[in-house]
Amino acid sequence: MVDLRTEVAGVRLRNPTMLASGFLDETGGSMARVYEAGAGAVVTKSIGPQPREGYPNPTIVELDAGLLNAVGLPNPGIVEYEREVKRAHAAGAVVIGSVFGKDADEYATVAAKMATYGVKAIELNLSCPHAKGLGTEIAQHEDAVQEFTRAVKDVVSLPVFPKLSPNVQDITTFAVAAEKGGADGIVAINTLKAMAITPELKMPSLANRFGGLSGPAIRPIGVRAVYDICEKVHIPVIGVGGIGSGRDALEYIMAGASAVQVGTAIISKGLGVFNEITKEMASLLEDAGFRSVPEAIGVAHA
Amino acid sequence: MPRIQVVPLLEVVRETPTTMTYRFRADLGGQPGQFLMVWIPRYDELPMALSYLGAVKGITVRDYGDATHILAAFNAGDRIGIRGPYGNVFRLQGEKVLAVGGGSGMASMIAAIESFAQQGARVVTAVGAKAANELLFVERANASGEVHIATDDGSRGFKGFVPALAEKLVEREKFDQVLTCGPERMMKAVVDLARKHHVPVQASLERYMKCGIGICDACSLDDQLVCVDGPIFTAEQLEGSEDFGHFRRDKSGRRVAA
Repeated sequence: MVDLRTEVAGVRLRNPTMLASGFLDETGGSMARVYEAGAGAVVTKSIGPQPREGYPNPTIVELDAGLLNAVGLPNPGIVEYEREVKRAHAAGAVVIGSVFGKDADEYATVAAKMATYGVKAIELNLSCPHAKGLGTEIAQHEDAVQEFTRAVKDVVSLPVFPKLSPNVQDITTFAVAAEKGGADGIVAINTLKAMAITPELKMPSLANRFGGLSGPAIRPIGVRAVYDICEKVHIPVIGVGGIGSGRDALEYIMAGASAVQVGTAIISKGLGVFNEITKEMASLLEDAGFRSVPEAIGVAHA
Repeated sequence: MPRIQVVPLLEVVRETPTTMTYRFRADLGGQPGQFLMVWIPRYDELPMALSYLGAVKGITVRDYGDATHILAAFNAGDRIGIRGPYGNVFRLQGEKVLAVGGGSGMASMIAAIESFAQQGARVVTAVGAKAANELLFVERANASGEVHIATDDGSRGFKGFVPALAEKLVEREKFDQVLTCGPERMMKAVVDLARKHHVPVQASLERYMKCGIGICDACSLDDQLVCVDGPIFTAEQLEGSEDFGHFRRDKSGRRVAA
């Protein structure tokens, strides 16, 4: 039997799968259900200082290439969100709190509050590609990534995982900046800037016109990003982008990821996707002669 | 291919002073109780129940907000985007069915009323509305079985709320199941009375939705999702619910009064 337990910057996981931020994580009831369905951890919706409605619909478009979304960071605000985290904790879930803000102070304030809810780590959404002035501009400057990471590290004693955007010249320079800012791990990658147009209506398909692409199409981009980042930093990486099977997850792990996040695959596979991934991963690892997940991390670099 | 179809409206029919039906041809399935995500270009995309199945489908919508108000001004030839059908289905159980509809809730049930009658069930419908001119699909329901009417102002039929009328019908006759759709507090009353009389019930719920496909979490009801686990829930599923009849989520995800 392969041991599926893994650990990221001291956060112990029963298996390497996590619910990616933005999927079924606005409410505690849903996060509890995802954890009960087999996820090793759940990452919350990105929470800001105040309630935010997000963009008008349409906010998602299903494409052959994957899922295009511009939801616009809707969230009930950090104060109201306490009850959702509590509800997830009541089900025994390992919760990672994702936060965003408009500046370093806001990130720090929201993260500090989130930390008091008992989450096991903080993820920084530095890279939402479609919310104006939030995250997206931060993700374009290495200095800002370093500064914001530092600001959050200064106020919480939890592991901090900046989530990086692939919409940059070289993502590894941002990973290095995050590490300099004191990051305990890196989450890569967020969605890719994308657009779909509805020709019959001569207009973009999303109300926000453009959004972020997730799903199978971005997996090779994510795998390469994780591989490259692992060559440049000494902190663990959490891989995300287009994972829907154990084989997909192993690509990221062999590229160097210590854990993986799953989101878009829930649409086609339902919540059973977490168990499906861990079972398939266990069987593939066993066939390849591995006894545990950590043994397989980064082996593709050899 | 994107999973969205742009279709021209074939016909727009005013059903009541506040409610319109929009008919269109669409290459998609659809069973009683299911819904579509309907894109009103430049305004919004909203979940809407299929009120007509078959080749020429239909949605029936009450004008209650900005986007539905824009839609109410649409004419034949104007185009909407649709994706779906989504959600679960009203299931026929037994031979005697009581359908209890309030206001535009009849839009979600009428296809089930017709389908169940065609399958040989005795379908009794209790239709409620504020006033006689707001009663929806009385003639269609009447063609599928017995119809009883309640209006808040007594302008037609029983004066009072439709759950009170439904209770009289349940006391008079043993039904094998109850279907209901309407304002949530009305449905709560119907679910409670059906439970009291030991009749299985299926209630079709409504929540604000963004995705319609089980990821955005906007439509959650306790730990259930109205878009993929519902919109139809049984009394057993709703028993112990903290949200049903009490709370919904607003666009930001805050829990607010239903």
